[in-house]
Amino acid sequence: MKKFFAQAYLWVVLIVMYAPIIVIAVYSFTEAKVLGNWTGFSFNLYKSLFQGGAGQALTSALINTLIIAVISSTCATFLGTFAAVGIFYTRHKFRKNTMNALNNIPILNPDIITGISLFLLFVALGVNQGYVTICLAHITFCTPYVVLSVMPRLHQMNPNTYEAALDLGATPHQALWKVIIPQVRSGMIAGFILAFTLSIDDFEVSIFNLGNNGLETLSTFIYSDARRGGLSPELRPLSTLVFVVVLLVLFVVNIYNARAARKKQ
Amino acid sequence: MKITRFLNKRSSLGIPYFLFMLCFVVAPLVIIVFFAFTDGNGHLTFDNFLRFVSNPKDLNTFVYSMVLSMITTLICLVVGYPIAYILSDSRLCKSQVMVILFIMPMMVNVLVRTLATVALFGWLHLPLGEGALIFGMVYNFLPFMIYPIYNVLNKLDKSYIEAAQDLGANPVQVFLKVVLPLSKEGIISGVMMVYMPTISTFAISELLTLNNIKLFGTTIQENINNGMWNYGAMLAVVMLVIIMVLNMFDKSPEEGGSEMGGLV
Amino acid sequence: MEKHIIDIRNVSKSFGEHKVLKNINLYVKKGEFVTILGPSGCGKSTLLRCIAGFEQATEGDILIDGKDISDVPPHDRPVNTVFQRYALFPHLNVYDNVAFALKIAKVGKDEIRKRVSKVLKIVGMTDYEDRDVLSLSGGQQQRVAIARAIINRPQVLLLDEPLAALDLKMRKDMQMEIKEMHKTLGMTFVYVTHDQEEALTLSDTVVVMNEGEIQQIGTPTDIYNEPANAFVADFIGESNILDGIMLEDKRVHFLGKDFDCVDEGFEKSEKVDVVLRPEDIYILYAPNLAGQFEGTVTSCIFKGVHYEMWIVTDDKCELMIQDYNAFEVGSRVALIIKASDLHVMKKERLTNTFDAVMVDSNHVEFLDTKWECLPQEGISGGEEVKVHIPFDKVDLMDTVEDGAIEGEVRFILFKGDHYHLRVRTTSGNKDSIYADTKYVYDDRDLVGIKILPQDIEIER
Repeated sequence: MKKFFAQAYLWVVLIVMYAPIIVIAVYSFTEAKVLGNWTGFSFNLYKSLFQGGAGQALTSALINTLIIAVISSTCATFLGTFAAVGIFYTRHKFRKNTMNALNNIPILNPDIITGISLFLLFVALGVNQGYVTICLAHITFCTPYVVLSVMPRLHQMNPNTYEAALDLGATPHQALWKVIIPQVRSGMIAGFILAFTLSIDDFEVSIFNLGNNGLETLSTFIYSDARRGGLSPELRPLSTLVFVVVLLVLFVVNIYNARAARKKQ
Repeated sequence: MKITRFLNKRSSLGIPYFLFMLCFVVAPLVIIVFFAFTDGNGHLTFDNFLRFVSNPKDLNTFVYSMVLSMITTLICLVVGYPIAYILSDSRLCKSQVMVILFIMPMMVNVLVRTLATVALFGWLHLPLGEGALIFGMVYNFLPFMIYPIYNVLNKLDKSYIEAAQDLGANPVQVFLKVVLPLSKEGIISGVMMVYMPTISTFAISELLTLNNIKLFGTTIQENINNGMWNYGAMLAVVMLVIIMVLNMFDKSPEEGGSEMGGLV
Repeated sequence: MEKHIIDIRNVSKSFGEHKVLKNINLYVKKGEFVTILGPSGCGKSTLLRCIAGFEQATEGDILIDGKDISDVPPHDRPVNTVFQRYALFPHLNVYDNVAFALKIAKVGKDEIRKRVSKVLKIVGMTDYEDRDVLSLSGGQQQRVAIARAIINRPQVLLLDEPLAALDLKMRKDMQMEIKEMHKTLGMTFVYVTHDQEEALTLSDTVVVMNEGEIQQIGTPTDIYNEPANAFVADFIGESNILDGIMLEDKRVHFLGKDFDCVDEGFEKSEKVDVVLRPEDIYILYAPNLAGQFEGTVTSCIFKGVHYEMWIVTDDKCELMIQDYNAFEVGSRVALIIKASDLHVMKKERLTNTFDAVMVDSNHVEFLDTKWECLPQEGISGGEEVKVHIPFDKVDLMDTVEDGAIEGEVRFILFKGDHYHLRVRTTSGNKDSIYADTKYVYDDRDLVGIKILPQDIEIER
């Protein structure tokens, strides 16, 4: 009985949580300009999304978003992994705490603060905002999560393996690449995926650091489109696709992780 | 010899990131504070702060934002805690998939989720406004409340509960005297993770209230967008101070994974 | 002169304030099997890590094959290490783990294959080449770790508690195999362990360490039969250690009686420690004319080969005795100790002595604390003095707050009718104070330390 109510509660909340996106997904298969009018089943919105017209600006925003996400999450993964190794092996208490505290700032800072502070930095330095500044901004808020994903793997690692490599004749450089990096690889992958999704999702940091050369990411495009009161119907299939892709990736990763964890036990 | 040994040390691998953070984390914060306490010509001044406290419109927005965020956080806690509890109890919910379903929306674009809410309200012919805003924020941030509480409850040693039962506590007492105190850490994390983004958000309110209700985040953004950098920076500093004060309550361990770290 | 493959000269090592190794001098002969034995935290692993190059000695030199290697990084040293928890690379299979050193050294593929199968044969792991290392049992992982370390034919193989993670049966088997390997390989082995039985079984030479200092170096028989001090006697095997007084050469007084012994060269009336191995005390039912003293059996437990009994002598001293025959609890027994079976040792210290500074006429500072003492005439504040506190005047308090400072019990020695404890203070330099007590404490117990003003003796 208790279990029935518990399950019922879960499902009610779940349905409410997923209701908006389900509505959008359903209405992405009809052509009506206004959401709520069902004018018969059609794939036309999906077609126009990928075939110019209103969709063209949207497609270019989508491509920008992906390029920015790939560049910044790759950079963040390397920067963050080396940083995690560096922090992990810092014996000096004060330096270690400083690094950890600095690393936490972008996580704790609201995105709007991160966005504005970087905007003011670039303004103060007289840097033209564009691809470079937005990538730097994304690396700034993604890297801390990579550090936090890699850190637990370093803790799990047998501390003697690095020494064993040195002992067997590897230089510190070789030991890092042949012994430490392979052992934290799963943390790097997790960090990369997290950084990638964070970058794709970001809106508040991006809007301040895009500059005014017409560069748009998906989020900023949706925002300005919605502000113009337009809400292009193409947003429906796009939102649906984004949602489905992100959910699929996360679902697969989580199931995979849960399996791996169970296998370990 | 000395230099190679220094570069070979593993702790030196953190240096590039340290320099990066100096440039892109520390310097921007210094600059934001600098802008907040200077005028357009770079002269030191408190005018920005005085302007804020003497401006009833912005003060109102500030207080309204804080209250609205509190309401949102409270609803998230009331709705989210039972979910976290049920998910962590293997007798009530066995499926790991369920947990993933609840946490996944956290990873989906805020604007996509907000637009979806707008669409839902339109579809149900409900008016946009304050109610829609609160629903939208709860909808957006509920997973951030569930996840940390679930994490703490899930790690909770079930023998504490059994010990309490063994010592004669009834289910209500077990919950109030054992489970709730032990999940305090998760509740604090969850409250922080919901409260902090809700006071700073700006796009959600614009979309969900057709720009009729302004939140503090919107005020900051408008000032920056309209070139009032010094005043906008001061408003951002005010928010930063609030965040710092709130963070003092959060004593979660520094290393080894944040609330988000374990998700993927 | 025999060749020294390792020469350790005046080596000290500190981590911050804490001195882990204190002026270590040690040499190892080529082909020797040397074991460094000591309780956990005694510095034995640090010494090994200094030889391997993972730690830099703060002072002193380490020579390998006559060459000073203090500035040589670990990857260029002619030694290899078998680690405590194996430290196999989890992302590589058995073959790649063993071949690691050769691949780094860019040895040809065929050569690698030949040498890997040769060492895998030596450790008996021939058919496991493709196995994932984490799927192996502890003993198998250990064999792979040894194979990995010996493939480069190092001059010295360092083994850091290699068997500590294995269960008892496995440990015994591996001990024999390691001894066998040492013979066939002809390498020098330096082996670190806290297991005294392992040390006695395996080695040519045993080095006993405690608190960062070498206590004794000798063959296993020497260490067992002629322990240099109470620590070694207590740590190696079972023993009864009692307070005694040397009367003259070959004559010692303890347990309220005078005994013949074989030890010489002590001062007249010098206070000494007397070691009696439990198997060296002869036990007979009383009354027996041959008995030197009598006692009552308080417990008798069968231990497999022998019985272990506790006897209370007539002057309330407890002794452990091992014998093939059981004596009933409560029965009166007569005991005999042969002169050659008792071993007399010099006491390391007779009282606690500290460097101190007078604060004012009736306060003195030592162990980073201000203590009240009796008013001192003619000694002014700020003057440096020495203080002496007898062991039995150091009061230990169960409630830490009742003492002037906090300490942690680090070494417990049962002296028949009392316990001799070393208590390490938890603040400041973490110096130790020794205390005699009738009460039972466990290792690592936290206690309060109290000393009455009249028990602090001050010397200029």
